[in-house]
Amino acid sequence: MPTIVGTVPEAGFPLTYGEVHIKGRDMYIGERKVAVNRGTPALVAAAFHTANALGGKRPRAYLVGDIGLGDGSRELYAWLSENLAHTEHETIVFHYLQPDVDWQFKILDAANKMPRKPTLIADAGFMYAAKMSGLAGEYDLFTPDIGELAFLADEEAPHPFYTRGFILHEDQDARKLIDLAYKHNNAAKHMLIKGAADLIVNENAVLHEIDSPGCEHMEAIGGTGDTVTGTVSALIASGMPIAEASRKAALINRWAGEITSPTPATQILDIAENIDKACKKVLD
Amino acid sequence: MYMHNLLKRIKSRFGPAKKSSDRGIFLFENTSEVIAGENALKSRGWEIKVMGPPPEIQKGCDLVIEFPLIEQMNLLRTLTEQNIHPLETIPVTGPLLKPVDIYQTKDFGEFLMCRAANMKITVDKSTRIIVNISGGGCPDVPYLAAELCGKKIEEATPPLRLGHTLCGYALEKAYQEIKRQCRQ
Repeated sequence: MPTIVGTVPEAGFPLTYGEVHIKGRDMYIGERKVAVNRGTPALVAAAFHTANALGGKRPRAYLVGDIGLGDGSRELYAWLSENLAHTEHETIVFHYLQPDVDWQFKILDAANKMPRKPTLIADAGFMYAAKMSGLAGEYDLFTPDIGELAFLADEEAPHPFYTRGFILHEDQDARKLIDLAYKHNNAAKHMLIKGAADLIVNENAVLHEIDSPGCEHMEAIGGTGDTVTGTVSALIASGMPIAEASRKAALINRWAGEITSPTPATQILDIAENIDKACKKVLD
Repeated sequence: MYMHNLLKRIKSRFGPAKKSSDRGIFLFENTSEVIAGENALKSRGWEIKVMGPPPEIQKGCDLVIEFPLIEQMNLLRTLTEQNIHPLETIPVTGPLLKPVDIYQTKDFGEFLMCRAANMKITVDKSTRIIVNISGGGCPDVPYLAAELCGKKIEEATPPLRLGHTLCGYALEKAYQEIKRQCRQ
């Protein structure tokens, strides 16, 4: 089962750890209700639906409230750096967390001290911190979108907000950006790059390119990148090799979109609910 | 001990670990402003440092304030409240880096999407309602999306006033750009 570490956009939401379950349109971590919306909750929901389709164990999540002040993230970082080494998790996804290089060092240190080092996946803010720290290569999988890939390719940018223009202009040439990201040691061992065509990469080699089914409206919908990351984490946790899990996750997300027939105004909950059906289509 | 070994291994493979890579610098006109800024930020509990400027910097005084770059919006808000205005804000990793100023727009027919850096905002062209916000990785993004989606672009509170991080700042840029395009 995957373990998901991230935040919810609710000030005062306490640090919560527990098994994920979904009843109707409501999601719970342990006993605490969490709205399925963009960000880590969308990732958690996708991991739940994928694990459910596989008949596997339910995901677990460490969540805390943070609306961008970083207070919740720091509380979670402190707890994990103290306790993670004494826990057992097969696959851990680090997600919407305030990017902080020093905390990232401590969390990675704790993960490396675990009885068995888990598969480490980073996306969103934690991926930014992993890149900035120079430790990207310690991670098994990054799941950037094309804008974030440009940031990984720019060895100077401390955040996507500062990605240099001449690199941003290269976003039509993802392979060039992948090459730069690996050249500057800013890429994980594997990458699932989310875009008009999803690319699955291992150590600078593009293994798969997936562009169908295609729905260009998905780009506008907040959370569609989060659901891919949730799905791939559940597939990896089931024992599937990372590259194969990435390819299937990209397909599942595309099929979930296809089944939903979204417009740019569709909300992520509607797509997340179709991941079960999409899994059946891709995995059966 | 493990941490020490890890850092040693990294250093041998990649050079020194990038410990200052998530820091930014505020440049000020004169030392009095640096001191006033330092007091204002420290009194709010921010972890900042007063230091000499990097050699690439040719403006401002001979002291700067180093701070956690990701929280730039929040710190600037604190300084502005105290009527303290830095000349410029720059990242430690690249003092010559500038915030993104390239926008990509996609017309979906009924809807218009604008992207700045890693942030995208989509508006219904006929109602001018913000229908979606996507991208980003800092924790204020889902919060900003919840606050802005469903509101008319002219009536929504700008991300600059609600956000806290550089993702929030990028969303502000995308928001201003799509607002400008909707006016045309």
